Amino acid sequence: MNQMDVNSNKRTKEKPERGANDQWVLRLYVAGQTPKALTAFANLKKICEEQLEGKYSIEVIDLLKNPQLGAADQIFALPTLVRKLPVPVRKIIGDLSNTERVLIGLDLLPVS
Amino acid sequence: MKKAENKISNINLPKSPTGIMGFDEITLGGLPTGRPTLVCGGAGCGKTLFGIEFLVRGAIQFNEPGVFMSFEETDKELINNVASLGFDLNNLIKNKKIALDHVYIERSEIEETGEYDLDALFIRLGYAIDSIGAKRVVLDTIESLFAGLPNQLILRAELRRLFRWLKNKGVTAIITGERGDETLTRQGLEEYVSDCVIMLDHRVTEQTSTRRLRVVKYRGSTHGTNEYPFLIDETGISVLPVTSLGLEHIVSNERISSGIKALDEMLEGKGYFRGSTVLVSGTAGIGKTSTAAHFAEAACKRGERVLYFCFEESPNQLMRNMLSIGIKLEPWVKKGLLRFQATRPTLYGLEMHLAVTHKFVNEFKPDIVILDPINTFVTGDKEFEVKTLLMRIVDFLKVNQITALFTSLTSAECSIEGSDAGISSLIDTWLLLRDIELNGERNRGMYVLKSRGMANSNQIREFVLTNHGVELRDVYIGGKGVLTGSARIAQEAFENAEVLRRKQNVERKVREIDRKRRELETQISALRAGFESEETEAVMMIETEQETIKRLEQDKMEMAVSRKAKIGKIATKNLKNN
Repeated sequence: MNQMDVNSNKRTKEKPERGANDQWVLRLYVAGQTPKALTAFANLKKICEEQLEGKYSIEVIDLLKNPQLGAADQIFALPTLVRKLPVPVRKIIGDLSNTERVLIGLDLLPVS
Repeated sequence: MKKAENKISNINLPKSPTGIMGFDEITLGGLPTGRPTLVCGGAGCGKTLFGIEFLVRGAIQFNEPGVFMSFEETDKELINNVASLGFDLNNLIKNKKIALDHVYIERSEIEETGEYDLDALFIRLGYAIDSIGAKRVVLDTIESLFAGLPNQLILRAELRRLFRWLKNKGVTAIITGERGDETLTRQGLEEYVSDCVIMLDHRVTEQTSTRRLRVVKYRGSTHGTNEYPFLIDETGISVLPVTSLGLEHIVSNERISSGIKALDEMLEGKGYFRGSTVLVSGTAGIGKTSTAAHFAEAACKRGERVLYFCFEESPNQLMRNMLSIGIKLEPWVKKGLLRFQATRPTLYGLEMHLAVTHKFVNEFKPDIVILDPINTFVTGDKEFEVKTLLMRIVDFLKVNQITALFTSLTSAECSIEGSDAGISSLIDTWLLLRDIELNGERNRGMYVLKSRGMANSNQIREFVLTNHGVELRDVYIGGKGVLTGSARIAQEAFENAEVLRRKQNVERKVREIDRKRRELETQISALRAGFESEETEAVMMIETEQETIKRLEQDKMEMAVSRKAKIGKIATKNLKNN
């Protein structure tokens, strides 16, 4: 995490600067095709389509297949959504059913 | 260890030895194999160390690889922290004996958005376990999850699942937990981990801190229930079973010299029993340390190992002082037979002293242990604790067949026998040094107050410090009481003079009688000579007279013959007139 990102790290009222060219890289960690994983993926897809159309990529990582990846991203809960880009890295755990909290977690909505 | 292993076979619950000094003895073998154990305690009480030592020793001593999942310290911090205790984690990690996994949870970076579980944690742990074939797992401190994750309902359910999962995995696990106000752990982890709970504690009483360990519960096994002091030092944790080990120690008939010849003579001429406990008590400056130093020197000369705990003097000071009475200790220190351990009694609490004693004794393996002096422990109103402390030390040393010599300073006010922290009953041989004040002098007296199992002398000897060590002299005991010092010397001189005078008296009398006898004999011979001359004279006179009588009678006869008278009658008449 760079010093430059300190401002955007805070959940202030100002919206994070999001240039038109910002590419969102999202990772969804799951463990197999559990109902929770499926719900999470569906919810994520929906939110991304609504908010970030065309400038996002979602990578789904199945920890059952690649268990060593869990430690690298400090994953302990499932499902976990990790925003790799834009920095800073943010983590959202749960099945993403609470859309508002997902948006807060992704810094897409100011905290009201 | 051997003892512990025997116990395992007696009971059915399999146990994994921790390798932590003393702990396996308390738990009769270690932690329950394949089950989670909760280690709880306040901050800085050694939970993490307990966990890491469990893993490191498991990996090195018992060939059981282990996984350390840390929720607080990063891998690097952990490696650095335990390096100070002599554990080379890097090497163990390289050899796939230990795996570290740091779980980083930062509340501000986490957003909860619905249902979730901790499967990822399980997967990570499972992956780490499988990658090195771990048999042991430590989760330190899992309660950090509570700080990171707001949804306690999920968390608690997941923890329950985690512990069950650990059990199914068959790993022996340690879960550490921060101590709560009323509960064992802040988050009530003891509800989930109920097989074995160990509590660590770090208490400060009278400015000295003591770490203590207690096995709160251990399902399916007996265990020591007391609070056991433990020690964290450069070799890790060592716990000591402090309860008396029972009075079943082997006794020895071997006798060892006290280093003071005259003292040996007072003890049947042989000295102390090996493995016995000797107390030398007395007032200040009376020579307790000198007695101890003699004993140490004698032991070193025999080639035995001596561990000398000094609580009041530095080793150098002690060696210098002993040199002044001709006891050379330094060569033995250099040879490695004698080791000094100097600490202030106030440095640690009592339990800690015991722990330290245990540790050094186990390390040095001495034949003789000297504690000089013991009563510096007694600060404040702690007599009972001191007594139990000494009892534990005595028991511990006796079991190991180590002869112990304690010195004890008695204050002048209290009676000498009654003092000494009430430990007299623990002592086998008690030497009392006391000062005898007389004629403006203060002299030292020593006597054997008691000595179990031997016919010891009941005499008070005068105890003299000379430039070639301690000497014991017979004290003068007579009509004028006990005399010591110059009074004794004066008395001895007086007695010598008296004897001389009497001797001379006797000689004079002998001479006088001799002279008298000779006088008498001269007189006798003079008398005899006088008598003899008289006797000869008398005989001659008698003969002359008889001659004369004969002649007269003859004359008469002749006259009668001439007168023709009767002869018989005349003769008779004459004789009758004679």
